[in-house]
Amino acid sequence: MNCQEVRILIDGYVDGELDPIRNQEVEQHFRTCPVCLTVYNSHRALRTALRTGSLYRTAPPALRNRVQSSFKPASTWKSLMGSPQWRWAAAAASLALVSVLTWRVALLPPTQTADDRLIQEVTASHVRSLMVSHLVDIQSSDRHMVKPWFTGKLDFAPSVADLIEQGFPLVGGRLDYVNGRAVAGLVYKRREHVINVFLWPSAAAVETRPLAHQGYHLVCWTQSGMTYWAISDLNSRELQEFVQLLQNQTPR
Amino acid sequence: MGLIRNLQPERSSEQDEPSRFEEAILPHLDAAYNLARWLTRNDQDAEDMVQEACLRAFKSFDGFYGVKAKAWLLTIVRNTCYTWLGKNRVHDLSTSLDEDVHQAESHVPDPQALLLRFEDNQALRQALEELPAEFREVLILRELEGLSYKEIADVTGIPQGTVMSRLARARGRLKLSLADRMKKER
Ligand SMILES: [Zn+2]
Repeated sequence: MNCQEVRILIDGYVDGELDPIRNQEVEQHFRTCPVCLTVYNSHRALRTALRTGSLYRTAPPALRNRVQSSFKPASTWKSLMGSPQWRWAAAAASLALVSVLTWRVALLPPTQTADDRLIQEVTASHVRSLMVSHLVDIQSSDRHMVKPWFTGKLDFAPSVADLIEQGFPLVGGRLDYVNGRAVAGLVYKRREHVINVFLWPSAAAVETRPLAHQGYHLVCWTQSGMTYWAISDLNSRELQEFVQLLQNQTPR
Repeated sequence: MGLIRNLQPERSSEQDEPSRFEEAILPHLDAAYNLARWLTRNDQDAEDMVQEACLRAFKSFDGFYGVKAKAWLLTIVRNTCYTWLGKNRVHDLSTSLDEDVHQAESHVPDPQALLLRFEDNQALRQALEELPAEFREVLILRELEGLSYKEIADVTGIPQGTVMSRLARARGRLKLSLADRMKKER
């Protein structure tokens, strides 16, 4: 492949849209051509800048509310709304539906349970990791670097997912201490928001559960004999999206 | 499409429609707003576009079978925005596509300095805003939404092969624009 051909394909290469053979040919060219390699590197730098440069504009909460309230089921129940009783029933049902559709924040029981303690511990670990500039012990966006780093430091091998394509780049890993044991701490980012994921082996089986504590959103679940906790100041919806992606990439 | 439709569960009653709609749409509201905001370049107009698009989406919900909700919604948002741009910001839509900035990239004077320039968010944001809409949108869809070429083709209605060349032009223009700013500041 000559320079001209490579320049035509370079965007497809950067975007991971080339077939394997062309991909290899482009890579081969980079090894021998510093000029094209420079173009490629500046493409990559531009991509990183675009993805990490706080350019994403999220929907204002007021807009979300307006959209949500304009499609409440009450509007389709007009025929039922003759009597006051029905109006109450419709309002209550609509409220119930909205609370199911919007991000559910589990209500914590008043007594201190094992979960409460874990929520507090996980939150404390998250806050600590942000405050003492000890976010990671190993800084790498490459899961093949982060996963082996835990070998010999933990009595289990944490699975590490690569979610950069989905907009959650891996920042690195950290040893942490939660629930009376050493656990793996994985750090991801969404824009400026840090997401901490803690995991350790356990026999428990818990369904994916979103929680909130001190202004942070948390999600806990179990998968493949591991207990997972994810926590972030990211909005709950994107955190849930992150958790789903993570679950999909984790071997079952 | 027929096959896909058959795999979807039958709708049990009319009451399910709004909830099914909310489940399909609400997770992609940020994506909808992000695209509308970058196309209109204004907060209030973007909100109006998203609201109108959601209404349109709701009305044509029968045509939606539960797959690729994001691309489906973004297509409607984009169409809504382009209709609005055609009425209110015609100059945003007119560009000369023949000029070739693709090759110009190798003429960028100082690639190292340009790399540093990428880190200047303000400059990057401005350069992106000043790109013609058709270049701006492919960069937003690819880099901020992470859509594949196929999905970008679905949303924008341009052929999949054109997506790559348009992204190439968009990136080339963005780099040139940042390099120009650098020159002017010196
Ligand atoms: Zn070359």
